[in-house]
Amino acid sequence: MTAEKAITKRPSGLTDKKTHYCPGCGHGVVHRLIAEVMEELNIVGKTIGVAPVGCAVFADTYFACDMIQGPHGRGPAIATGLKRSKPELAVFSYQGDGDLASIGMAETIHSAARSENITIIFINNCIYGMTGGQMAPTTLIGQKATTCPKGRDAKKQGYPIKVSELLATLQGAKYLERCAVHKPAFVAKTKMAIKKAFQNQIDGKGFSMVEVLTVCPTNWGLNLKDSIGFLEGPMEEYFPLGVYKDEK
Amino acid sequence: MPRIEVDETLCKGCELCKMTCPKQCIEMSDKFGKSGYFPAKLAKEDCCIGCKMCYQVCPDVAITVYK
Repeated sequence: MTAEKAITKRPSGLTDKKTHYCPGCGHGVVHRLIAEVMEELNIVGKTIGVAPVGCAVFADTYFACDMIQGPHGRGPAIATGLKRSKPELAVFSYQGDGDLASIGMAETIHSAARSENITIIFINNCIYGMTGGQMAPTTLIGQKATTCPKGRDAKKQGYPIKVSELLATLQGAKYLERCAVHKPAFVAKTKMAIKKAFQNQIDGKGFSMVEVLTVCPTNWGLNLKDSIGFLEGPMEEYFPLGVYKDEK
Repeated sequence: MPRIEVDETLCKGCELCKMTCPKQCIEMSDKFGKSGYFPAKLAKEDCCIGCKMCYQVCPDVAITVYK
C-alpha cells in the first residue's frame, strides 16, 4: 500500500487568515478560485488586486498578492491606473453588485468602452450584503429587502440590471461570462472562466469580466438549501448563465 | 483509503459539503468547534471515495482530502 498523501491544498494565492464571511457565502469559493488561477499562471507575485467596498472589503488581507482597497465603485478606475502605469503586471478588480452595478456603473461601463486591459470579477448576489440587506440594482422583482419589505415593485423601483448583457453591447468588452459557484460542476466552470479572463489580460486582449452568481443566506433570510433553490430558480431564470461575449 | 480532514478553526458549519457529498458520508459534529460552529466531519471511515467535491464547494478551504 502506498503512503497516504493530501490531494488538495490551500492555494499559495491565499493567506492563512480565516475569512469573515457568513457560513455558506460564495465569496470564499471565488477567492479560492482566483488564488488557484494566480498560482497556476504563476503570477501571485506579479498581480495587483483591487478590493471593493462591500462584504469583500477585507479581501486585501485574504489574497497573498499585492492589494489596494478602492473607494466605493471605483475599482475599474484604480485598476485602469495600475494597469496603465504597470502594464507588465496582472490587475484584477473584485467587486460586488452594489459596488459595480450601482455607484460604480460609470467606471464599469467606461472602462469596458475604453477596453482597458483589466480583469473584473463581479459577484452578483442580488442584494447589498455588508450594509444589511438593502435593495441592490440587481434585486429581482418581488424579492424582499429591507428597503423594499413587500418585495421589489417594478412600478416603484424599476427593473434589475443585467450587467453582462449590458456590457456585451459595447465593442470594447472582449470577454464576458456569467457563472455560479453553488455546485462542484459550476465551480469548475467558474475557475475556467476566471483563468480565461486572466489569460486574456496577459495576452493583451482587453476588458474581461466574469460575473459570478452567489447566495446570501443571511440577507435573503433563507437557509442554505433554500438559498440554493432561489439561485437555481428565479435568479438563473433572470440572469441566465453562459458566455455573453468571447472575442478572438 | 481516502479520507477528509476538516480544520475546525476554519469550518463555519454551512453544510455545503454535506449537501454536495455524492456518498453522503459527511455529517455535522454535535460538539462546538473552536470557532463556535458545528464543524463537518467524516461520518463513516470507509465511505469516502476521494472525489474532492467537498473541497470544491467549501467556501473556507477547511477541507483537506487524503488519498
